[in-house]
Amino acid sequence: MTARISYADVEVGTELPARSFPVTRDTLVRYAGASGDFNPIHWNEKFAVAVGLPDVIAHGMFTMAEAVRVITDWTGDPGAVVEYGVRFTKPVVVPNDGEGALIEVSGKVAALLDDNRVRVDLTATSGGEKVLGMARAVVALA
Amino acid sequence: MAIDQSFVGRSYPPTEPYEVGREKIREFAEAVGDDHPAYTDAEAAKALGHPDVIAPPTFAFAITFRAAGEVIQDPGLGLDYDRVVHREQKFAYTRPVCAGDRLSVVSTIESIKTLAGNDVVEIRGEVRDETGAHVVTAWTKLVARAAEEA
Repeated sequence: MTARISYADVEVGTELPARSFPVTRDTLVRYAGASGDFNPIHWNEKFAVAVGLPDVIAHGMFTMAEAVRVITDWTGDPGAVVEYGVRFTKPVVVPNDGEGALIEVSGKVAALLDDNRVRVDLTATSGGEKVLGMARAVVALA
Repeated sequence: MAIDQSFVGRSYPPTEPYEVGREKIREFAEAVGDDHPAYTDAEAAKALGHPDVIAPPTFAFAITFRAAGEVIQDPGLGLDYDRVVHREQKFAYTRPVCAGDRLSVVSTIESIKTLAGNDVVEIRGEVRDETGAHVVTAWTKLVARAAEEA
């Protein structure tokens, strides 16, 4: 594995480039197909409302997949991720208005570990609300 | 209804191998909008030290989630599947999932708790390749919301 970022070049507090990821109904249909998660709360408004949701919501795993891109784009090698975990705190509501929602993700180095590994803490929000909690990953750097 | 604590520690038989295809990885990477070449270009993946194209980190869930489905729909467990939401997800990787892998999952019920009337179940999915070598472990925490809450 060949991360582009060197362990020697980071310190606690080093910020990763932040990114915004758009999500529309179209995105959710594609993700449902690719992931095999066809739960109707992710594509059927009537069903979502009937189970008490404000509208169709994004798959938590979709949000998790987007958030880690801040790390994989930074390290250059997606295979450098050693651990990755999140808590799904709030749903990302995706209205059927052609625009959908935006998932905004930032990350910073939270701890330096042994073997050139670091812990990165991620923050993910949508519509001003935090959508992931305890979002953290361990990555192996060069 | 409280779920049966005696299920803690129970493991389920290994799943039939899931064969990881290049086009499935491409489809997944496109679905999450990620154009990293390691997901579609074998040469780019090899330049990073991988034997073939690799899957994005959360791809493993597509495999473990099917395995976990067998656990949560086990009638003996008594989980109200219609009220289940995904609360937490964690992965620990020995190596990335790679095209050509034939992966099998052993699911184990790690914990069962009842918090404010909600049933919380954590399932550990150990993913191994054809040689039996560990690839990734996925921990999936599910909550069956209390009936009166919805």
